[in-house]
Amino acid sequence: MRDAFAQEMTRLATERADLTLLSGDIGNRMFDRYKQVAPERFINCGIAEANMMSVAAGMALSGLRPVIYTITPFTTTRCLEQIRVGVAYHQAPVVIVGTGSGLSYAELGPTHHSLEDMAILRTLPGLNVLAPADSFELVAQLREALDASRPTYIRIGKKGEPPLHGKSAQAGIGKGNLLREGSDLLIVGVGPILSEAIKAAERVRSDGYSVAVASLGGVKPLDTTFLELMAQRFTRWLTLEEHGIIGGFGTALLEWQSERNGPTISIKRLGVPDRFIHELGDQSYSRHLLGLDSTKLAQTFRTAIIE
Amino acid sequence: MIAASPSPISVAELSATALTLRQRLVTTSATAKIPHLGSCLSCVELLVALYWQELRIDPANPNDPDRDRFLLSKGHGAPILFQVLAERGFFPLARLEDFGKAGSVFHEHPPKPGYIPGIEAATGSLGHGLPMALGMALAARIQQRPTRCYALLSDGECNEGSIWEAALLAASQKVHSLTAIIDFNKWQATGRSQEVMALDPLAAKWEAFGWHAQEIDGHDFGAIAAALAAARAETERPNVIVAHTVKGKGVSFMEDDNNWHYRTPNPAELTAALAELEPN
Repeated sequence: MRDAFAQEMTRLATERADLTLLSGDIGNRMFDRYKQVAPERFINCGIAEANMMSVAAGMALSGLRPVIYTITPFTTTRCLEQIRVGVAYHQAPVVIVGTGSGLSYAELGPTHHSLEDMAILRTLPGLNVLAPADSFELVAQLREALDASRPTYIRIGKKGEPPLHGKSAQAGIGKGNLLREGSDLLIVGVGPILSEAIKAAERVRSDGYSVAVASLGGVKPLDTTFLELMAQRFTRWLTLEEHGIIGGFGTALLEWQSERNGPTISIKRLGVPDRFIHELGDQSYSRHLLGLDSTKLAQTFRTAIIE
Repeated sequence: MIAASPSPISVAELSATALTLRQRLVTTSATAKIPHLGSCLSCVELLVALYWQELRIDPANPNDPDRDRFLLSKGHGAPILFQVLAERGFFPLARLEDFGKAGSVFHEHPPKPGYIPGIEAATGSLGHGLPMALGMALAARIQQRPTRCYALLSDGECNEGSIWEAALLAASQKVHSLTAIIDFNKWQATGRSQEVMALDPLAAKWEAFGWHAQEIDGHDFGAIAAALAAARAETERPNVIVAHTVKGKGVSFMEDDNNWHYRTPNPAELTAALAELEPN
């Protein structure tokens, strides 16, 4: 996903003279081509994220389109006040990209996990909070964010995330998409973790269960039109996110549900429990540990359908 | 179109303007109960020098993309900045009659741009203005605009780590179009700035961070003008002017008394203060 980001940024740098990339001293070699295309519009801001965020806000207020890139905890919770004051309050059209989100850096420990970012950032007025499921969604959202008059946060994975969309899909900010058809149960979620849901849906197919999987692309704005369409078709929903269970995508859906007047649906949330994860392994180990890999998810799907 | 440099103005005229602004500031503080009087009084000469002698700005065209940018990084100095902007013609002085009233934008800190002409950024939480000014200076370089960027900091604000993060990046990027001015009045909210966070030697710290540092009397118009001119002549390093000032300057019973960080004058104090702020 990060390679797709780098490639798209290089394309965008040739298309628009206002695009500027700020890196928090990461992405070694990743942006070599970008730097060839727009050397004056790449700034390594060092390991100083608070300053980097305010610098980006100042650039955006002067008419540039800055994109900030570093590892998710450092570009979100580390500099939350700079996002709140410089970016969100000013409605400075900065694009904040967090790489290695969720448990992508599982083995690096809780300092590098990001399981709170969506919950915290979606409280800030006027900030889009996006979590693309694959590179297709990422590219569409990035392009749209650079034309938007408001700031955008995009949390992405690391590398090797499989493509989940068909070529005819319509991705973008606040656009929901059905990734896999089904009839017994709807899995609705955000981020690359949806690949586990699709694999799990395949697993339970042999048991005669039909599970649909949808991507919402982010937690703010929510595609409520798409959600209502899904509510016409499914009564049993599970939300899925590689993020803490408190305050993120699942919570956003419960908030939506509590204020709507459509057909009754049952929503249960799947995510990381309310604790720091200290049993370290790679991302697939961690997903398995937390019941979020395709094997464990398949069991959860069966139970949800039988109940 | 912004003029290449502001029209020349005499020190006597600058001093008269400073006096008028102090009168209005003290009066507003008393009537609208607006605090941070000491912090505002210490930077009057710095603001007057900037707005009447230095900044390439056009109050009739406050969003000209080529304009210089001034950010009040010490956002609690907003009460004096609002007076400066009105006097400089960014908006009618009558707008300040709303100062402190419910629903008004004229309160204790600058709002985001779009509400008050001439305000470039919302500040108030310390440590944001200098990094944002750095971003604007880097943007001007990328956009090949003549813009210079200025940020006025308090000495207490130099407690914030983000100030020193900005200092490091500005030096590595050689942003010589950036000038930080520190209103070094030796106080922060609850104590001497040197005692709270060991700021001294302040100018040497900036010098060590790779900045062109100058130390001046921040109430001396001649010294301010000379320092700003030397900053403009710098071709490599970012600039800092450490301006030694007196908190509460201009009103004898407020000078160097940190109670005026939070207090506002009662009617008798207002009368006494205004008596001291009469032209000689």
